[in-house]
Formats: sequence, C-alpha cells, structure tokens
Amino acid sequence: MTEHSAAPAPVRTAAGPVRDAAGTGPAAIPLGAPSTLTQGAPARGGIGESTLRPDGILKVTGEFAYSSDLWHEDMLWGQILRSTVAHAEILSIDTSEALALPGVHAVLTYDDLPTGVRHYGLEIQDTPVLAHGKVRHHGEPVAVVAADHPETARRAAARIRVEYRDLPVVTDEASALAPDAPLVHEHRDDHHMRHVAHPNIVHRQPIVRGDVARARGRADVVVEGEYTFGMQDQAFLGPESGLAVPEEDGGVHLYIATQWLHSDRRQMAPVLGLPEDKVRMTLAGVGGAFGGREDLSMQIHACLLALRTGRPVKIVYNRFESFFGHVHRHPATLRYEHGATRDGKLTHVACRIVLDGGAYASASPAVVGNASSLGVGPYAVDDVEIEALALYTNNPPCGAMRGFGAVQACFAYEAQMDKLAARLGLDPVEFRRLNAMEQGTVMPTGQVVDSPAPVAELLRRVKAMPMPPERQWESSEGADVRRLPGGLSNTTHGEDVVRGVGYAVGIKNVGFSEGFDDYSTARVRMEVAGGRPVASVHTAMAEVGQGGVTVHAQIARTELGIGQVTIHPADTRVGSAGSTSASRQTYVTGGAVRNACELVREQVLELGRRRFGSRHPAWATAGLLLEDGKVVTDGGEVLADLVDVLGDEAVEVEEEWRHRPTEPFDPLTGRGDGHVQYTFAAHRAVVEVDTGLGLVKVIELACAQDVGKALNPLSVIGQIQGGTAQGLGVALMEEIVVDPGTAKVRNPSFTDYLIPTILDTPDIPVDVLELADEHAPYGLRGVGEAPTLSSTPAVLAAVRDATGLELNRTPVRPEHLTGTG
Amino acid sequence: MDFLRPASWEEALAAKAEHPTAVPIAGGTDVMVEINFDHRRPEYLMDLNRVADLTEWEVGEDTVRLGASVPYTRIMEHLRAELPGLALASHTVASPQIRNRGGVGGNLGTASPAGDAHPALLAAGAEVEAASVRGSRRIPIDAFYTGVKRNALAPDELIRAVHIRKADGPQQFSKVGTRNAMVIAVCAFGLALHPAARTVRTGIGSAAPTPVRAAGAEEFLNAALDEGGLWDNGRTVPPSVAERFAELCAAACDPIDDVRGTADYRRHAVGVMARRTLAWTWESYRGTRRTTEGAA
Amino acid sequence: MRVRLTVNGRPQEADDVWEGESLLYVLRERLGLPGSKNACEQGECGSCTVRLDGALVCACLVAAGQAEGREVVTVEGLADFARRRSRAARDGARDGEEAPHATGTPLDAARRWSAHGTQEPDETQGPGGAGSRTAGEAELAPVQQAFIDAGAVQCGFCTPGLLVAADELLEHHPDPSDADIREALSGNLCRCTGYEKIMDAVRLAAVRQSEETRP
Repeated sequence: MTEHSAAPAPVRTAAGPVRDAAGTGPAAIPLGAPSTLTQGAPARGGIGESTLRPDGILKVTGEFAYSSDLWHEDMLWGQILRSTVAHAEILSIDTSEALALPGVHAVLTYDDLPTGVRHYGLEIQDTPVLAHGKVRHHGEPVAVVAADHPETARRAAARIRVEYRDLPVVTDEASALAPDAPLVHEHRDDHHMRHVAHPNIVHRQPIVRGDVARARGRADVVVEGEYTFGMQDQAFLGPESGLAVPEEDGGVHLYIATQWLHSDRRQMAPVLGLPEDKVRMTLAGVGGAFGGREDLSMQIHACLLALRTGRPVKIVYNRFESFFGHVHRHPATLRYEHGATRDGKLTHVACRIVLDGGAYASASPAVVGNASSLGVGPYAVDDVEIEALALYTNNPPCGAMRGFGAVQACFAYEAQMDKLAARLGLDPVEFRRLNAMEQGTVMPTGQVVDSPAPVAELLRRVKAMPMPPERQWESSEGADVRRLPGGLSNTTHGEDVVRGVGYAVGIKNVGFSEGFDDYSTARVRMEVAGGRPVASVHTAMAEVGQGGVTVHAQIARTELGIGQVTIHPADTRVGSAGSTSASRQTYVTGGAVRNACELVREQVLELGRRRFGSRHPAWATAGLLLEDGKVVTDGGEVLADLVDVLGDEAVEVEEEWRHRPTEPFDPLTGRGDGHVQYTFAAHRAVVEVDTGLGLVKVIELACAQDVGKALNPLSVIGQIQGGTAQGLGVALMEEIVVDPGTAKVRNPSFTDYLIPTILDTPDIPVDVLELADEHAPYGLRGVGEAPTLSSTPAVLAAVRDATGLELNRTPVRPEHLTGTG
Repeated sequence: MDFLRPASWEEALAAKAEHPTAVPIAGGTDVMVEINFDHRRPEYLMDLNRVADLTEWEVGEDTVRLGASVPYTRIMEHLRAELPGLALASHTVASPQIRNRGGVGGNLGTASPAGDAHPALLAAGAEVEAASVRGSRRIPIDAFYTGVKRNALAPDELIRAVHIRKADGPQQFSKVGTRNAMVIAVCAFGLALHPAARTVRTGIGSAAPTPVRAAGAEEFLNAALDEGGLWDNGRTVPPSVAERFAELCAAACDPIDDVRGTADYRRHAVGVMARRTLAWTWESYRGTRRTTEGAA
Repeated sequence: MRVRLTVNGRPQEADDVWEGESLLYVLRERLGLPGSKNACEQGECGSCTVRLDGALVCACLVAAGQAEGREVVTVEGLADFARRRSRAARDGARDGEEAPHATGTPLDAARRWSAHGTQEPDETQGPGGAGSRTAGEAELAPVQQAFIDAGAVQCGFCTPGLLVAADELLEHHPDPSDADIREALSGNLCRCTGYEKIMDAVRLAAVRQSEETRP
C-alpha cells in the first residue's frame, strides 16, 4: 500500500483555491467578474459583415468566466433541498441536524424569509421562494443551506427532515378539470382568474374570425387530427449558477447567468426586503439559455444566504438539479380540423390547444397568446376558430423556450397540411404555396401583416436546393455505419433503410406582444483614448451566446464611423434591456444602441459645429456623416477629424428605445394588433429510417429563412443551424418523461434526456433571404426562433414519408415506428 | 471517505481483504457518476489505475487474457482480430473519452444489464478471473451475472482479467439506442459463430434482469445448421430458420418497460438484431470459406 | 488528502482534497483553472474534456486521487501544448525524423480581434482578476483560432472540451473525413450551434495545419 489517506473525517473544510498570478483584487469583486470587451478594427466591421465575436478569444482559451466559474475569498456554497414528491402537504421540517453539522453556516426555510413577500413570478407571483405548507411539483425548493464546501452543504441538506403527506396529483386536462379535481392553487387572485372557467386553467385565449360553420360547408375535404407534443428541456450546457456578495450598505451584488437582469431584480428585491438600488446585478458568463433562464432559479436563494451569513455565497446546480431548476417547454395536446376546396384552397381551420403549464404560471399566459394567435400558421385563411389554454397541474412548471407556443402549433398544423395535401392529391409544397400568406394578409387576430411575408418564396427555395445523394453510407469497405440509422451502434448495414423527404414552414412573432411595454436602454459614449476616437456601449442585454455583443459593436461602428468599440459588461447600472428572448434583442437592444449612437452622433456634430463651424460652410448646410474617424459631408468631403472635434470631451447618451406598440388580444374574440413583427422559416428534411428497428438518421435539414437584414451573416447562420438542431432533437429524442401516476420526473439526466450529438445532426444548408421590414432597425427581422419551429414538423413529415405511418406525437420513438409502443 | 492507492495487485487484494466495502475505481464511468450525484458515499475508494497489470493483455493459444482495465480504445485498436465481437461492442461504448478510460472490468463489476461488453463476452465465451488474498478462481461468464447489478464476486474479490475465447469465426454486435452515438443500450445483441465447435453463441443485453444468452435459440440454430450441413456446404441460412432463430432470441428476453424503451420494443429489436447479425456473420463465414477453398 | 499533479506543464498541489472530489473539481475550484466545464458531471457531455497523460478523458470521471502524479492538459494550456508539439515536430523533422502531427502555426493575425481586460486598447490581457494571460500567450492553437474564425463559438460552454478533443483528433489524424470528425467529437455535446460551424472549424484547422506543415 503506497498511500492511505490519513484523515477519517467524512468532509473537509475546503481550502481556498490556489489561483496563481492574479490577486483577488478588492474584496467585493469576485474572481471571474466580467470585464469590458474591446474590439479594435480599422473602420470596418460594421453591420452586414461577419465580424467575429469580441469574447471569442476568452472563450477559446478558457478564460471567459461563466457564472459557475466565479470565486470569492471566504465564499460559501449554497445547496437547495428539493421535494421528493410532486404534491404533498408539508407536515414538518426539522433542520436541527443540518445546522449541527460542522461547516454549515445557515439553513433557511419558508419561515426564515425576511419579509411578507414570499412569492415571485414573471407575470403571476405564484411561486414560493421556499415551499410553504405544501409542495406542488417534484423538485420544488423546500430549504437552502450554506456551507464551506459543496459536499458539506449536500450532507447538511440530506439531514433536513421533511415530513410529507401525499396529496392526489393533477397531471392532465382530465384530472385538472374533473369535478372533484384538487386545486393546484386554492386562492388565486390574478387577473386571468376572472376569465377562466376553472381555477386549474391559468389562462385561455379564444380567437374567432369569420364563420367556420359556414366555411365548413364550402370544404370538399376536411381532415382532423389530434397531436401530442412532449416536454422539451432547454438543456443549455451551463448549469444555473451565480455568486451573491453581501455589500457594506446592507445590499447585495449578484453575479448571475440570466436572460433579463432587471426582471430578476424586480422579482428579487421585495423578497429580500431591499430597495432595488441595493440589489446590484452583473451578468456573469452565460452558458446558453433558450428560454430556460427567463425565470428565477437560484437568484433569491443565493442572496438570502449571503445576507444571512454575511459571506459571499455561490450556488451551482448540477445537471440533475438543472432539470428541476428551470421551466421547460410546455407539453401540449392539439386538436385540429382543416378544410379545403378541391382546388386546394383552405376553407377553414379550427383548433384547440391545451398546454400543460405545470405547477406555477411562469410565462404560460404569454405562451397561450402565441399558441393561439399563431395557431393557424403562415397561411391565409378567413374562417378560423382557435382556442388555446394552459393548465395548472402538478407536473414540472413550464414556460419559455425558443419558439414559445408557436413550436407546438407548428408541429400540428404542418402535419395537418400534409394530411390535407395527401387527401387532395396535391404536392405538399404546392399546396402550402397555394395558401401561403403574404404581405397584406390578415391574421386570425385581424392584424394586417404589413411587412414582407415571403412564405411561398421560402418554400420554393428550400425545395429547389439540391438533394443529398442517396446511399451515402456505401463505401468501398462496406457500409459506413456512422452514416446509417443507429450510427456507431452497428444496427444496420443498409437493411430496411428507407428514405423520406418532408417539408414544413412556420411563423413566429418577434418581441414581446399583447401590449407589453417592450423597450431597451443603451448607453453609448464616445471619446478620445490613446489618440483615437473610441466608443463604448453599455446595455443590460444578456449575452447568452447569440452574439448580441458582436452586433452592438458593429452598429456602433456603422453609426459612429470608428473602429474601436468597447462593450461594457451588462449590469443594472444601466436601464433595462428587456429579455434575451422572443428573437428580440437585435431588434430592440440593437435598435436602442443605434438610437443612442444617432443621438451621440448629433451631439458630436453639434460639438463640431461649435468648434469648427465657422471654418467651412458645409458644417451648416451639408448632410454630415461620421466615417473612418472623421466628419465628412454626404459628398465625401472631410471636414474634421473626430479626435479634434471631441478634444478631451466625452459625449455620452443613455436612452430608452421602444418598438411600435402592440395591443392586447380581446379576451373573447382574440382581436388585436398583438404582435410587432412576424418571422418565417421553412425546412426540408431528408431522413433515412431503419424501419425494422425504428431508428432514424437525418441526412440533411435544409433551411430557408427571411431575416430582413443579416447584421452579421455568420451569426445569423449559426442561429439558424442551432435552432434547427433543437427542432430535430424534439422530433426524435428529446422528452422529459413524467410519470402520470406520481407526476415525478423519470429522466433528469443527460444519460436519459438525450440531445443530439454531432453524429445525429446532419448537414444544415441555409438559404438566407433579406427582405427588409421597413418598421425595424436596418430592416432586420428577429432570427433565433423561427428555425426551431419548422425543423420538427419537417423531420416528422420525412419520417412519415419514409414509413407511411401517421405519427401524431413528437418525439417519435422507435416504438412508434415499429408498432411496439 | 478514504482513498486507497494500491501500487500492485497484491496490495490491492490485501486492501480489499482488509476493507471489503472498498469500492474499486478504474475508469470511473460508473463510480464517479454515483459520487458526483450523491448516490453513493463509499467508505473506501480504491484506485486501481496504479496496478499496471490490469491494463495488459496476453494473446494465448485459445484465449485472450484481457486485463480488467484495458481501455475499450485499446480493445478496438489491438484486439479486433482476436475479439471482433468485443471490439465492435467497445466501439459502441459511450464516447471516445469514456472508451479511453473504461474497461471490461468496470462493466463486469457493475454488472448492469446495459453494460455493452456483456453480450459480446457471452457470445464469445469467457471466464472471469476473480482473485482475493485467498486465491484466484475463474468464473464462467454464464455463471457470473447473478441478478440486477449483482455478480458472483465475493466481497473480498477483485476482477483481475477476463479470459475470452479467441474468435475462430465471425462475430457481430449490435446495440439499439435512440441516438447515433453516446447512448446507453435500450437493448443489445452479440452473436459469435464458432466453426471449430460448430456452434453459435449469443448474448443479449438490457432485455432481462441480467445479460443472458438465448439458449433455446442457440440450440435450435445449432441443430438446424447441423441438419442442413450448412457448416460444410456453406449454403445460406434458410429464411425460415433465421426467422425462427430471431423469434427464439426475442423469446429469451425478459424485459421491462422503462424510460429508455418498452418491453415489447426490446423483444422486437432483439429479434431484428438477431436476424441481421446472423446474416452478417453467416455471410462472412461463407466468404471466408470460399476464400479458403479457393486458395486450397 | 493532498494531490500533486502537473497541469499544463506546471507542478501543482492541492491540499485538503475530499476523497470524493473529481479532477474537474480540483482543477476548477482548487487550482484556479475553471476553463474545463461542469455541464453534466456524468461523462455525457464532454465539456470537461482534458488530456490525462495524453489520453482524452472526462475530468469529471477521474477521481482527484487518481490524478496523483499525472500530467494534465486543459484548455488553458492548449495553445502552449500545441506550440510545444509543433516545435517538437519541427525539431524532429530537422533531425530527419518524420513529423506528421505538427500543429501550431503563426496565425492569420489579420482576422483576429483582440479582447482586452482593461480600458487600454492595446494590451492583451485577460479579464479583470483572472489576468493570467500575458501578451506572449495571445498565440492560439490552430483549433482555437479556427473555432473563432468559423463561428463555432456561441455560448462557448462546450468550447473548451471540444477544442481539447478536436486538437487531439488533428494530432492523430491530420486529414480527417467528415465522418471521422463526427465520430471523434461524438462525446462532446453542443446546444447552440447545431455543430455545423464546429465541423467548419475543424476542417479549417486541418487545412491550415496541413498548409503549415507542407514543405
């Protein structure tokens, strides 16, 4: 025996990390706190160019600090104890044994919360910070612990004794709306309560246009279908995490991975009993989001522990906890009826979309708004009856995820369109093109689409792309299993492999809708540093990987005519940027940055006029531009160097910017100009199915999307490919499985919740169309979500094409393809 | 928790004798996940990485003595000719990173029905060399798996090596997962032709409480091949025989419904894999025969 | 317990290590090297991929004590690792030896954007606090530069693991086919990119590497 660990103690006190080189800096600033990013370039790198990420080098060298990488002297580790059951009364909680464990600094339960505000929520404040009296879903936070080592914190959490008395679970529409259904929330007083028929319905939105009963009479063909969409997880790779540092003034500074700093703070401050200005927030590195960070996770817990212990507290979820730590995509049941005339024109669409919101509201009301208002898809139909609703159940809470209600609907209406085309004997793409909406089409809500809607063109383009060659798995050395269904698992060498092709197109809104005051704030500063003019951009926009920081620098270069731009870390020292969601940040915060740049430019020109106006008449008469660090006339004559114009003055502007307002949907008819902008993508999927084993290999997933204006083509394509892959995932493998008897999650791990690997993801050729939306900055259209919509139904359509099976649920599993489900 | 670092096999056996609850760790694929996720807090963790013998293999006359910790990557690279079924199975293990650390000893120690090596070992024919301070013994692979995640090891025993019969005929391995890489088996199937003995052996993974052989299917196929003189005349296996073989393999399963797949699917898939792997191995056997005859 | 190991060429020592800690935890929390990422801690995602005595492994599945005395290369040391390998290969080539796996090249600096930790535009420095980078280390490994250039980085959480894996692939297979790349990277999950730009990046790195090593 060479070495035998001497100390028998089960847990050790953590030693501080040995971090070489760097000092820890001022006590209040943790190691890994974000810093500015500066991109220097000659006067290029403006909009329309594929400039590279300003944080790219930090990210490839491992130096970019994500929220889980932060470290602080004296920091403690937080751990959350979560419920092991879905619905139960809490009879007692005993924390004494946990508190007695050496190294434990605090154990908090509901009773320890500092103020009367003990719930939070994006729209409805129904989510308890820590469970009170009962738990409503599996994995609900019950208590939090702070200790000096994560293992000590885990051991302490395990010693907290919670006595539960099981309550019956509500898991679907039937159990939620049964006459004797237990109420998930007994005392609702939110504003949706007034118009829902049952307290277990969070929100319901009908949309009625025209006369479906009469239109049905004109239909030569009517198809109906019921579709099921499984619960998808965002599965961002960077787990929920953050570091809360108590501050001398009694406040707290939270370094956090989130999608919306100010929304977090608005929900946190009252629970902490602090004014908002004492809750400081800085965006730490974010390892993906996709909607899963729109709600709070560990924010309040870390701050409570930091304030209680007076020490910095870090909380990092592991992957298991992450599955319980954020909301998921709503599973849905969708019933559709479509009618069409013999010559292929849609007569009517009727549908009912039931979304499972789980135990807490989160973004459910807005998801209902989207599912209903976009429920018909990108088609022109005059007679429509739509109903969408979200339920309260004891399933895991669901909320925002990329595509946000439009994804589930697209899966169903595109299946219907294929069914209808087949019944009419029409080509599925031609049938869609016949009914494609266009600029000027009236939505079911009555809103007139007032910018390009090139639905038919996108379908034409995606269909025109060259087909991938057949049997690419054949090689001189036999079958290359890596290119066959089953991949490395060696399940077929070509036996039973059938190819199929499928198409789909979708419509998504951009920005927050239904009358929400959707704005962003940008602070732009211009000054001379190191002998040249430089700009800095400060917003609270959450960079979650999408490349907003790249685009902000591009906008500043274009608007201010200079090369070097510094991006300030996102924090609450500047006004809200709104959420990094709804495909909105380039539009809204990009719009705010452009607007602030314009104001800076005006002030700079004013400064120039004051200083040099007398020297040249063009200062007063010509249109003036900033280009290459100079003030030039629109005729190209150079009037002054910006270095001279600015001198030692700095010009700084902070301004809010809003897109045009929207209206709420009428609660009975759904009428209203509810959306800011629509965005469209189409996919063609080519798959090969091993019909013997029910395994699918996606060969290619081609996409055509209109982006209005690609501010950064490289990033745009990256967004489209990433969104496409997430759609593929939910088509074939991704689903959080909840036991219908217990409402407990059965697969909270990356072993059993599968996301596509690089061997599952095909070539994704992208055709980008740029038809400007005159209402949007630079004519751009939000990009991130649309590709997630049509990808799933395209894959399903291709699998149907290959197998001849109906396939009304997603993800489609091998069982469904082999009749063994 | 104590961390034991035996530097030699003898030290490892002594430590295991002294601390029978010690959990051996080599590739860490199973043990570390259990520790990271707080599912297990062993009193002693015993690192076997320092025992060099465990990562060595010897190719003998009839068998390969494969050290318990020989990484799957090595098996794929170096033992494809001797252990083709196990090499194929190794290639389906998780990811390159896992295959660089994990070895057959871990699969056997955990004895999960989903372990990728099991069907290949069952089909090839193998013995597990278990050792303790009391001595060493060989456990036939058929007697090794005793229940769900249970094996025939005594508390003071460690797995030293696996003695696997060298292939004297084609072998195949197939595994179904719902993803094209890095997936735990929904079910798996191994098949080995043993022309010298004129027998066929099988192994089924993830479709019963333990890895199992489809004994009835083997018997049936052995008889059918014999009866038709197929080993000698090199004819194709009649479809009815292949079909019946597949049915019997499916019937040998005793699967459950779980989050990875339904019992019905597992039975069905085992049948499909049985039919396909029989076709692949038999075609290959016929090809070798023709080549041999042509050369003669 | 105490664990001594060599990380990125430097001897390191960690005290009071709990026996259940993983190599990943020790790197991240005790040695100040959080570049290896903690996305799943169950060997399913590859974001903690490091080289352990040269082998590609998931640091989350290595018990800290198992790393005793071993050599570890993390993403923080990847550029240096690639440079040394390249130098060794060149020296080897001069000595008449075959140097087939040479990587690490002076890079196409024209396309490189600089990221700075301070307001000083021309200093190449890490972010505030972490400041372990010096100007001399701004040189990236070919795969690192290719990931930036090809747009293979979005949120970046998978990037460190992918880089270590891709670098190892190109070390052994300078001219991989697409199927080879996919197989080699099948243990590394990415949720942002759909992998297309990652494929582009590895192809790009392979091309640049072969151009550099061509006589």
